[in-house]
Amino acid sequence: MSALRLEGVRKSFGDHEVLRGIDLELADHEVVCLIGASGSGKSTLLRCVNLLERLDAGRIFLGREELTRSGVDVNDVRRRIGIVFQAFNLFPHMTVLRNVTLAPRDVLKLPRAEAEARALELLARFGLENRRDEYPDRLSGGQQQRVAIVRALAMRPELMLLDEVTSALDPGLVAEVLNVIRELAAGGMTMLIATHEMGFARDIANRVCFLDEGRILEQGTPEQIFAHPTEPRTQQFLERIIEAGRL
Amino acid sequence: MSERRQIFLATAALLVSALAFLAAGCGSSNKSSSGSSSATTSASSCSNKDDLNLVTTDQLTIGTDNPAFPPWFGGTPHKPWQVSDPNSGEGYESAVAYAVAKQLGFDKSEVKWIHVPFSNSYAPGPKSFDFDINQISFTPARAKVVDFSDSYYDVNQSVVVNKGTPIASVTSVAGLKPYDLGAQLGTTSYQFIQDTIKPTKKPSVFPSNTGAVQALKNKQIDGLVVDLPTAFYVTAVQVPNGKVLGQFPAEPGGEHFGMVFEKGNSLRACVNQALAKLRSNGMLEQLQQQWLAKATGAPILK
Amino acid sequence: MASEGDRRSDPEVERRSRLLGGFHFQGEGARGVAIALLSTVVFVAVVIVAVTQSAGWPEVKRTFFDWGDISSSFPDIARAFVLNVKIFLVCEVFILVLALLIAVLRSLPGPVFFPLRALAIVYSDLARGVPTILVIALLGFGAPALELTGVPRSRVFWAGVGLILVYSGYVAEVYRAGIESVHPSQEAAARSLGLSRFQALRRVILPQAVRRVIPPLLNDFIGLQKDTALVATLGVVEAFNQSMIDSAATFTYGAYLAAAVLFVAITIPLARLTDWLIARDRQKRQAAGGFA
Repeated sequence: MSALRLEGVRKSFGDHEVLRGIDLELADHEVVCLIGASGSGKSTLLRCVNLLERLDAGRIFLGREELTRSGVDVNDVRRRIGIVFQAFNLFPHMTVLRNVTLAPRDVLKLPRAEAEARALELLARFGLENRRDEYPDRLSGGQQQRVAIVRALAMRPELMLLDEVTSALDPGLVAEVLNVIRELAAGGMTMLIATHEMGFARDIANRVCFLDEGRILEQGTPEQIFAHPTEPRTQQFLERIIEAGRL
Repeated sequence: MSERRQIFLATAALLVSALAFLAAGCGSSNKSSSGSSSATTSASSCSNKDDLNLVTTDQLTIGTDNPAFPPWFGGTPHKPWQVSDPNSGEGYESAVAYAVAKQLGFDKSEVKWIHVPFSNSYAPGPKSFDFDINQISFTPARAKVVDFSDSYYDVNQSVVVNKGTPIASVTSVAGLKPYDLGAQLGTTSYQFIQDTIKPTKKPSVFPSNTGAVQALKNKQIDGLVVDLPTAFYVTAVQVPNGKVLGQFPAEPGGEHFGMVFEKGNSLRACVNQALAKLRSNGMLEQLQQQWLAKATGAPILK
Repeated sequence: MASEGDRRSDPEVERRSRLLGGFHFQGEGARGVAIALLSTVVFVAVVIVAVTQSAGWPEVKRTFFDWGDISSSFPDIARAFVLNVKIFLVCEVFILVLALLIAVLRSLPGPVFFPLRALAIVYSDLARGVPTILVIALLGFGAPALELTGVPRSRVFWAGVGLILVYSGYVAEVYRAGIESVHPSQEAAARSLGLSRFQALRRVILPQAVRRVIPPLLNDFIGLQKDTALVATLGVVEAFNQSMIDSAATFTYGAYLAAAVLFVAITIPLARLTDWLIARDRQKRQAAGGFA
């Protein structure tokens, strides 16, 4: 039984078909990186997994449970899947601590003390405990993104989705976020990561999927994809990346 | 110019303008408006229509409010008039107006009625009417702003109630104290309530007769204080379950209705002459009998 | 006015400039200010002369600006004004709640919620479309006329209901603007954590939405304060009615001025509060680097 399985997933926005039949499987503790050009469908794919977007066709399974069946409890599914966005999306009217404890208290019904203890432990693990009472606007981008990751982790998800989480950061702040993700991977979190950071992907991914025009054109180990891509379009894409100095 | 001087000039300029405005505001007026008091008009200038001070030559323009209610006005209403038609000559005020017009030398076709909402009748500035007749009571305060004709009707206040309600068994002024009373805006009825009845609950004042009557029907007020003739109209037509509880004895000096003129209008003297004539030849009494006869038979509340 | 550039460093000049709000009162700037002041003085003088020399001025002065009228009618009107304030305070609370309900109903997505959305839209249109004075007259006179048991007769009650119904329509639109101004990514983030739609609304969206629309909300309340005068239609003697009574008794308008002063006295602090909140919000956003 896989941690996550996508079968024939299709999604269109109006006339524009963004996902054209995605088949993908993640095993427990596996880290899979999605790479591809903008508009290839990476974000849409992640948003489909946690049901932010409704599929036009196909099925998605989280463990044994089919997420795309009718009558599924959407909130429960989302409880089990953590997602972090490019734009951090912290709640600006709440302190860091409250951002992190909101869902554990309201959704998991944890008592306040327990929720705060859990939050502080996570914040401390990533060096953010002395920011607990600050509002997001006082934090740097890198700090905000790390808080966003902590916020998702506080729900103890089975699976983490990371959507280009360093793309909006100043280069100097990227490393601290990547380190957090490295730690999560080392700790055995099952993760599906959309990223532009090829070097990072090469380091932590068990598998890399190249998404091109709504299909997984090629997938394999980082070694296979980065060093010996078989598809011409994969090669083209990687060449462009190398030219841009990102690999 | 030095900076110090600039600041001084600026401040001085502002202060001067402020003072000038205050002075103008509070100071006495320099130029008197047109229409200041004129000399007494002699009898001869009243009998000649052409010598009269009119808004429009050869026409007597009379103002009143809309709707025009009985028993002050009667007849089938024609646009824009509602309920009754001042042009009909029916109803006490319409009849008196036409009688005065005749005395002044106007026939019916030379009389023009215009709609003047009550609040417009005393607004400052030149009036659009020669006089306004609209159940307006004379008070000394009001006479400072407009001119009133002599009385064409001496008014008694009365109170209308719903039959079968507790207030309907009251027989004295004091008995009215605990009730919710109402009056119409612009009438002296409100003042009457405050000064004579002195109720314990705050009275209501309605912008129109329509609202006042509806509130009485809804039992939102217990009693409506109006002049006696209006009270009979209210119970006859507007509030079928209503009755005139009683009338209040006339104050010493009495309350009376007068026609309203622009301050200093020489026409007033002529109208007063006409009224005097109508009083002496019994016409006024006759009209009262004709239109207001019903409005005498209410018990007197003491 | 020759510019004296070397004066600018003079401490005395600096101090005076700060007193005048930082304006350096010399050179080109000084000329501009002098011209502005002079033209203001001239304009004010012209207005004063035109008004006080007009034919009708003595009469207008006597009927509108007589201090005796204004001061003698003031106590009664002030006492009656207490009712306006009471109506305002009570209605305000209900409006805030009802309008929020309508705005939330309006924002429910999906075909299954269409009836509720439609209801909210119809309500909003009617509430804003019918003149407030009509609503109050219809409710105040009409509802008690039905003579149903349990239906209150009180005119203040029905005027209050009328004001609540009408203003909730306006305030709901203000809330809606606030809700829609919150970026959809906030809702996405909240729902992604497993929060239900209601929880997301309550914890994430509405707190942000309401904060953003406090200025237009206060604006509507300033309007409400004045519309409490409409209860006069039903015969209730509040400040406006009292001023009409006094005016009709003396055939002058000083009483209207007195009433106006009272209404403005409440409005000015509310308006300044609104300005202060807008300025503080702007300050906060600038400090945050424009993320909010």
